[in-house]
Amino acid sequence: MNAETGALIAVSDLAMQFARKRSAADRLAGRPQQIVHALNGVSFAVKRGETLGIVGESGCGKSTLARCLVRLHRPQTGRIDYAGKDVLALEGAARRAYHRRVQMVFQDPYSSLNPRMTVGQALAEAIRFHRLREGAGVAARIAELLDLVRLPSDTAERYPHEFSGGQRQRIGIARALAVEPECLIADELVSALDVSVQAQVINLLLELQERLHLTVLFIAHDLRLVRHISHRVAVMYLGAIVELAETERLFSAPAHPYTAALLKAAPELDPTRRSTVDAVRGELPSPIDIPSGCPFHPRCPRAVERCRIEPPELRELEPGRHAACHLPLIAAAS
Amino acid sequence: MNLMPASVTGTETLTEPLLSVRGLRIAFGSARGALTAVDGVDLDVAPGEVLGIAGESGSGKSVTLRAILGLIRPPGQVAGRVLWRGRDLMTLPERELRRVRGGEIGIIFQEPMTALNPVLTVGTQIRENLKEHTTLDAAARQARAIELMDHVGIPAAKARLDDYPHQFSGGMRQRAMIAIALASNPKLLLADEPTTALDVTIQDQILKLILRLRSEMNMSVVLVTHDLGVIAQTCDRLAVMYAGRVVETGPVATLFKAPRHAYTLGLLNSVPRADLVRQPLNSISGQPPLLFQLPHGCAFAPRCRFATDSCNATKPPLIALDAEHRTACIHHGEVAKAT
Amino acid sequence: MTLTLTVPAVRSNRIRRRTAFAVGIALMLFFIVLAIVPGWFAPYDPIAMNVSAIMQAPSWAHPFGTDNLGRDILSRTIWGAQVDMQIAIFSTIFPLIFGTFVGAIVGHYGGWLDAIFGRLVDLLIAFPFLVIVIALIAMLGPVIGLGLKCMYIAVSIVGWVFYAQLMRADVQVQRQSDYAAAARVLGYGEWRIIFRHLLPNAITPIIVYWMTDMALDILLGSSLGYLGLGAQPPTAEWGVIIHDGVNFMSTGWWMSTFPGIAIVLAGLGFSLVSDGLADIFRRRA
Repeated sequence: MNAETGALIAVSDLAMQFARKRSAADRLAGRPQQIVHALNGVSFAVKRGETLGIVGESGCGKSTLARCLVRLHRPQTGRIDYAGKDVLALEGAARRAYHRRVQMVFQDPYSSLNPRMTVGQALAEAIRFHRLREGAGVAARIAELLDLVRLPSDTAERYPHEFSGGQRQRIGIARALAVEPECLIADELVSALDVSVQAQVINLLLELQERLHLTVLFIAHDLRLVRHISHRVAVMYLGAIVELAETERLFSAPAHPYTAALLKAAPELDPTRRSTVDAVRGELPSPIDIPSGCPFHPRCPRAVERCRIEPPELRELEPGRHAACHLPLIAAAS
Repeated sequence: MNLMPASVTGTETLTEPLLSVRGLRIAFGSARGALTAVDGVDLDVAPGEVLGIAGESGSGKSVTLRAILGLIRPPGQVAGRVLWRGRDLMTLPERELRRVRGGEIGIIFQEPMTALNPVLTVGTQIRENLKEHTTLDAAARQARAIELMDHVGIPAAKARLDDYPHQFSGGMRQRAMIAIALASNPKLLLADEPTTALDVTIQDQILKLILRLRSEMNMSVVLVTHDLGVIAQTCDRLAVMYAGRVVETGPVATLFKAPRHAYTLGLLNSVPRADLVRQPLNSISGQPPLLFQLPHGCAFAPRCRFATDSCNATKPPLIALDAEHRTACIHHGEVAKAT
Repeated sequence: MTLTLTVPAVRSNRIRRRTAFAVGIALMLFFIVLAIVPGWFAPYDPIAMNVSAIMQAPSWAHPFGTDNLGRDILSRTIWGAQVDMQIAIFSTIFPLIFGTFVGAIVGHYGGWLDAIFGRLVDLLIAFPFLVIVIALIAMLGPVIGLGLKCMYIAVSIVGWVFYAQLMRADVQVQRQSDYAAAARVLGYGEWRIIFRHLLPNAITPIIVYWMTDMALDILLGSSLGYLGLGAQPPTAEWGVIIHDGVNFMSTGWWMSTFPGIAIVLAGLGFSLVSDGLADIFRRRA
């Protein structure tokens, strides 16, 4: 899984836990420390120029994964390789160089921009810090960036609170692009926006990806959007990747029962096709208390005894199709 | 000029609507001037039907729902009529209105954690509703509470009655909220974005639960949401709202297949469809108008590709295209061609 | 069916708040101007004694009356403004700068720094502020001599902690925001993040508190002056002037009353400005 040739990003066995703070009362009562198992052995690779969609529900670890990739979190075990270099070991100038190459756009348009800096100041800071331009070149580059994200040129003098949610996301994209990254991680880029505005920002992302040859990791919970924009999709559940395949293959014939359930649960736009049966039973377990064996087994209609005991590995069923299931819906190619 | 909808004049359906909203206007005073949240809304809900109200932020959909139950406080001002079983809720004295609220009309909200009282157990909150709206004695109330929790799919109902809201997961909390809302067998359930904050698989469970309860209890539902998929999967009829007005209303299947308002068309095109992967979406350009600066004519005209000068003259009224389908677009013919 | 909307409820509130802010600024400016050029306004020398004009009630010649040494109360009050405005600035400037700096560092790094800081705060708030300041003055007085300088040092030693506490809390909140995460993802160093990104966003409660603190320090300075631990006579400082007039309350009420009013108005001015700023900052967020 990790030594794919031509892979820009290779993640292997990433594991991350957070310890929840214990109150004094908890300590006195002798309750054990609760540990959030955010990531439990995640491995995958991303090819240069592709868009990988990462989809999953609460507690699946997709945001934690994104933050590990940009070094906002430090995983306890595992390895992240970018263009062959170990990302987690980078320090100093090498680390700053990495930050230039991999950038992130955040979910909340209302807290992801510094309220006390004008748009121009925020962009100029990024450009100057990484020494990409100097003097008059900075202003020219700012104008270029604003043009790239389809914002008017007077945007630079204004403050974030003067803009709408969709415009703020564009500013966030401009800031990320200011350092000329190769890879963009979009963590729930449009989830906080209205539907009609979502479409505008998605269109922008598609266009930018073409023009700038970006590699994109698109993290979302909206399956329709992920399908629309990704070449390949990874489905996560409780800190692990349960399926990884090309978009159309995954959506037309899912291999993992959770993927199938997710697709069934997502409300279809066709009012003539309705079902009365729940797509999947039971509650979403918390990452503090991950079920034994396969994490999905308590809710899985196909679960057998083996699923309760043995966690399945992410295996390649067919070329380019991986699933972590003992009884996948698609039989493994012999 | 308000056109009476077909269902009220009796030309198509035979039953009186359960709820009729006429000429609803809601305005708020703010530091920047008067803000018109709702600008003349007419709605009907037939018995046993699920009416969806779709719109984006600023459309006025949530405020409309709250106004039905008289939940808008000053500095908000409400005008219009809300006819419930023949009585106008807007003119009802507070004491009478309280009997309707929770008793005959139930309401559930988006965030169960803020809508449920965090310092009372769920059981207490259900029993409170029963005490207020029914004549059951304590033992009967307890039995009914257990029955309700079971009915909404909360396992170990009896034990969970003594739990506090924070001890439930998101989906379970929503179920608890539904149990409280349905405790006194209301004939109408108002649901304000009930699944927006939930994960997809849980959302699926809750929506199907609401539909099941609708059939079992012969109840009507008004479901406010911005998610077109949810509308498609749960609603019988749909009212699309934009900048405080209803711009199109009719059966869900009709509106999804043959929308007759530019905004409805734009919304449907903004959602990715499976067959057009990685192609630019037909987004609607621009932003919704600021609510204290509504344009004179059609509020959508500045963003509309079919707009002409006549669109900016006056606010277009709802025109009946047939017995069920109405649109507030004078160019609905153009929209039809573009579908 | 038209709806006539009455908006006065919201507007009158806004006007009331703006008036209060304007009044506050007017008062502040008034005292600042007096503090800068007292000589322009004061009709007499504040420490000049005039035996022939002892204990005179307010009159045209002496609008605030004279004290037991014939000194003009109006002039003393006006010159007192200079001293008290100085007190407002010098008692707060070190706590403001040092406290903000320490608070930002502690708030950002947390860990054992935060633990130590927390214990320090616990220690200080266990005692009433005035008591600690008096204790410090008592210790420093013999060494550097009583007076304003001694008071400034004593207040500064303790005062910075409150600024640091405020700053720490706000920086911790700002750290959680996405723009701070974005700054880290852009590769910016810790110090740039703290001082260029977090601090400007956390500074507004500090500015508001600073205004209030100045008002409180004027009161404190006057209290200490009254106790003989702050400004020393014959310096015209409001608290000192009041102290001088205490024994003459029945025969010369004007001696203490007018400087007392000056204290109230100056304190009020700073408080209103502080409220107004809090309003502005809150609305702009």
